[in-house]
Amino acid sequence: MPKTTLSLCSLLAAAGMTLILSLHAVAAEPVKSIKIASQSPLSGDQSAVGVDIKRGAELALEQVGKPLADMGFKVELAPFDDQANPDTGVANAKRIVSDPAILAVVAHFNSGVHIPSSEVYHSSGLANVSPGTTNPKVTTRGYAEVNRVVGRDDVQGVVGADFAASRGVKSVFIIHDKTAYGQGIAEFFKKRAEEKGMKVLGFEGTEEKANFDALLSPVIAGNPGLVYFGGIYPQGAVLFRQARERGYQGMFMSDDGFDSSDAAKIAGQALLDGAGTYYSTVSGPASVYAGAAKFIQDFKAKYNADPQPFAAQGYDAMAICLKAIEQAAKAKKGEVPTRAEVTQAIRAIKDFAGITGTFSFNEIGDPTMAQYFVLNVKSADPAHWNENSVVETLNLAPPK
Amino acid sequence: MPPFAAVNIRELIRPIGQLLLFSLGSASVLSALVLVLALILDQTAVGLHLHDRYNVSLATYTLVNLPQVVIDGLTIGFVYAAIALGYTMVYGVLEFINFAHSEIFAVGAFVGVELLIALDHTGLLRSASLGMAYAYLTLALLMGMAAAGALAVTVERVAYRPLLGAARLVPLISAIGVSFLLQDVIRLVEGLTTGQFNRIMPTFGNFDRRIMLGRLALGDTTVPLGISVKSIIVITAAVLMLAGLNYLVNATRMGKAIRAVAQDRATASLMGINVNRIISLTFLIGGLLGGAAGVLYALKFTRIDPFVGFFPGLKAFTAAVLGGIGNLTGALLGGIVLGMLETFAGSFLGVFTMGAAGSEYKDIFAFSILILVLVFRPQGLMGRHVGQKA
Repeated sequence: MPKTTLSLCSLLAAAGMTLILSLHAVAAEPVKSIKIASQSPLSGDQSAVGVDIKRGAELALEQVGKPLADMGFKVELAPFDDQANPDTGVANAKRIVSDPAILAVVAHFNSGVHIPSSEVYHSSGLANVSPGTTNPKVTTRGYAEVNRVVGRDDVQGVVGADFAASRGVKSVFIIHDKTAYGQGIAEFFKKRAEEKGMKVLGFEGTEEKANFDALLSPVIAGNPGLVYFGGIYPQGAVLFRQARERGYQGMFMSDDGFDSSDAAKIAGQALLDGAGTYYSTVSGPASVYAGAAKFIQDFKAKYNADPQPFAAQGYDAMAICLKAIEQAAKAKKGEVPTRAEVTQAIRAIKDFAGITGTFSFNEIGDPTMAQYFVLNVKSADPAHWNENSVVETLNLAPPK
Repeated sequence: MPPFAAVNIRELIRPIGQLLLFSLGSASVLSALVLVLALILDQTAVGLHLHDRYNVSLATYTLVNLPQVVIDGLTIGFVYAAIALGYTMVYGVLEFINFAHSEIFAVGAFVGVELLIALDHTGLLRSASLGMAYAYLTLALLMGMAAAGALAVTVERVAYRPLLGAARLVPLISAIGVSFLLQDVIRLVEGLTTGQFNRIMPTFGNFDRRIMLGRLALGDTTVPLGISVKSIIVITAAVLMLAGLNYLVNATRMGKAIRAVAQDRATASLMGINVNRIISLTFLIGGLLGGAAGVLYALKFTRIDPFVGFFPGLKAFTAAVLGGIGNLTGALLGGIVLGMLETFAGSFLGVFTMGAAGSEYKDIFAFSILILVLVFRPQGLMGRHVGQKA
């Protein structure tokens, strides 16, 4: 049918014209597209924290991405969900490094995920700044690409043990979740507790999530002054609750993995009974940071919820990536920098004023000075988790 | 016997007697074993190590801890038994292992917990009187049972019945497929509706209260001995379910039909029994029990997620095999023995090995017993005697 052929031809011609026109437009006004990836648990047990890390990064991109936009860059956030699972994190990392537009990564929340994933980043020289991984191994491998804006477990375990000793705790039962993070922190706690003369009644790892009855038998029998849990709240809070149900009246202590309002939702009043519940953290509630008042306001306005812990660190990690890309681009007179240049630029940053502190990185990517807090749970109501009071604040350098 | 004979008292009492016997039996055997071990190890490095930290002898430590360990073991044992019944019922009738049963259990847990969370949001739970709290819990149990029962019947109709004539392996693979499918469906539904799939049982009523039975002196301190109200609820509900099921299978017309189908499907069909209906019914009963067990599990252990069924399901399946799969009484025995073993191992392993192998290795212990039983008595502890076969 000639008529159809004709209309088909004209359609093709029109399409071709449009294509040429659009190509022309691109050539006339080049948009230099850059992506910054994020990886955190957006689904699963730890999604409450993981989602807010992503939101913190998103907010930073909006608020401090302007210098790059002025230089003609279009910066996008590419969020990935690592599900707090090493396998997923590594698979995502492979997808991330294969996208040439991605120049930096804000990742991860879990040390157990960050360590294997950063091997992938390292193999292609992609810089990553972590908002919350605290295992020493994250940085001690000495990779140029790996940085973090928070302190380390080997210090956090010591902070916890020192605090317990200062409260007159004589005996402790230590339980951990067998992950690189939880076990690591528990071991540092144990070492320091023994040095401080505390009696360690037991040191047990468990993957149990529901039934702690058997594990609690030796705990209850020993009636220690403190039960310490190295791990994350979905396990820790259930453990603490069941210990109280069985009549334990001593003190509970955990680490920054415990810092989520869901812990109060699970354990409720059990956290306040007896000698109460404390946790050490490398990330205080956003309200303890002098610079974060505006962040909390903006966060609430945008997402209609209080920021979870580590959201402000997500903001800072993103801001550092943006700053480094900006400086690398300036050094190249506005051209898109390479991954290697961004990696160097991050380490070159000196005294960057973030909302959770002032950051410079040492030769392995630890901040030269990090803050550590000990908090006391104040309310059984999850809505009031942010009101947990800081009982101790310490500024400590990473160990040599 | 007239068709509508008076309630068969014997069939009502028998399973409760068996439960008592199994509980006492496994408790005393394991206690004796542990005590002997403690006495042997008392004067060795193990005893000294314990004495160093707890300031008591190993034998005293073991003796003082025993009552609580038995109570804890029984509670989890009854949960396993209730789930194991679902596996065993289906195996008895179809000779196939319904691996989706663990997800049917999880769905029961989720429906019950979501209902209670919804009630909690309306503020009804917090203001509920004690009577109302129990009424709400019963409602949650019933809803969980109904959902799980309906799901079990649907799964049977969709995924198993078309494969009724196929080789034994085919429905098994189908069951594993259904199991994964259901896990992700729960994840999807929870993700879309609530944004998180980590659900927490609201606190209400007096279920968390602990009834103290006394304190036992242990060195410088005392060890509290008690049982929480929710454990009592779990045990009571499980006993009622087990007794009810036993009565249904062994003393009613419907049970007779189930047993006939289990023995010989073709002949049963010739006798005028609607075989497909009976198979559906078997799944319905298994699902109802699984759903109730799910809600009870959530009540006891507070936190559930879409994979919550996996381990209890695996353990209950083990319990069914341990007791003799296809045998109702065997499932009870297997559940109790497994729960006890696990709790005993978890509580004493750390102490007996000087902390080298803690309670994290309790499953190795429980499963090695399973291997031993299977090697020396492949038909399970109770065997598969046909009269009992459900």
